[in-house]
Amino acid sequence: MAYITARKRAEGLGPAHNGTHHAWSMIISSISLLILIPLFIAVVVPAIGAEYSTVASYFARPYPAVITGLTISVGMYHFKEGAHVMITDYSTGSWRAVLIIINACLSYAIIAIALFALVRLQNSSGIHI
Amino acid sequence: MKHKPRPLSPHLQIYKPQITSVTSILHRITGNALLVPVVLLVWWLWSIASGQASFNLVNSILTSWIGDLIMLCGLWGLWYHFLAGLRHVYWLTTGQGLAVHTAERFGYAIIIGTCVLTGLTLILF
Repeated sequence: MAYITARKRAEGLGPAHNGTHHAWSMIISSISLLILIPLFIAVVVPAIGAEYSTVASYFARPYPAVITGLTISVGMYHFKEGAHVMITDYSTGSWRAVLIIINACLSYAIIAIALFALVRLQNSSGIHI
Repeated sequence: MKHKPRPLSPHLQIYKPQITSVTSILHRITGNALLVPVVLLVWWLWSIASGQASFNLVNSILTSWIGDLIMLCGLWGLWYHFLAGLRHVYWLTTGQGLAVHTAERFGYAIIIGTCVLTGLTLILF
């Protein structure tokens, strides 16, 4: 007979070997977005609707580019985790598996496309802030 | 192994919507629906990197009434999710504020705060 304390029984990663990983990663990404989202709004909202040469040179600058890139990356990771929870709540079986896979692919594809676009827009002529 | 669906007790059809349940589902809805404005935004960034021609197409969509609507709803949804998320983080990290009347007050504050922040954003930027 295993003499095990209540605390020892509760310790560990649980049957999926995941522990509190999801909850903790959501807290971390939420706090990051707490800082990033206001900055992102300040950066992006004024640029919407502006003409081509304005926006092209705007996103070549470091602060708009880094803030936009970071927010989309952290934000889409946060989205992926949140959508995953919703998918597992509402679907079962094959549908669930397919949706989870599509969710992951879509989230990372959006990050990749955004980062590529931002890198493409950088000037090679040095730093002009 | 499919069988005829068993009858279920009514739930969504009969339960009175309350500020607690409504703010909760709205948090999920806004979080996931934000995918739409994000895709539009990333398409916009991609079009800038692709050149004037593709930019003009995306920009015309973005500045059309549909684009304006998507962006406005997206802004409201973003601030809503932001404030409701703050409430979640508060709950998770402190374990406080979980009493029903406290959660209800937070709920009203979130909805009012979202409208205020959305308005402020539109005025300031």
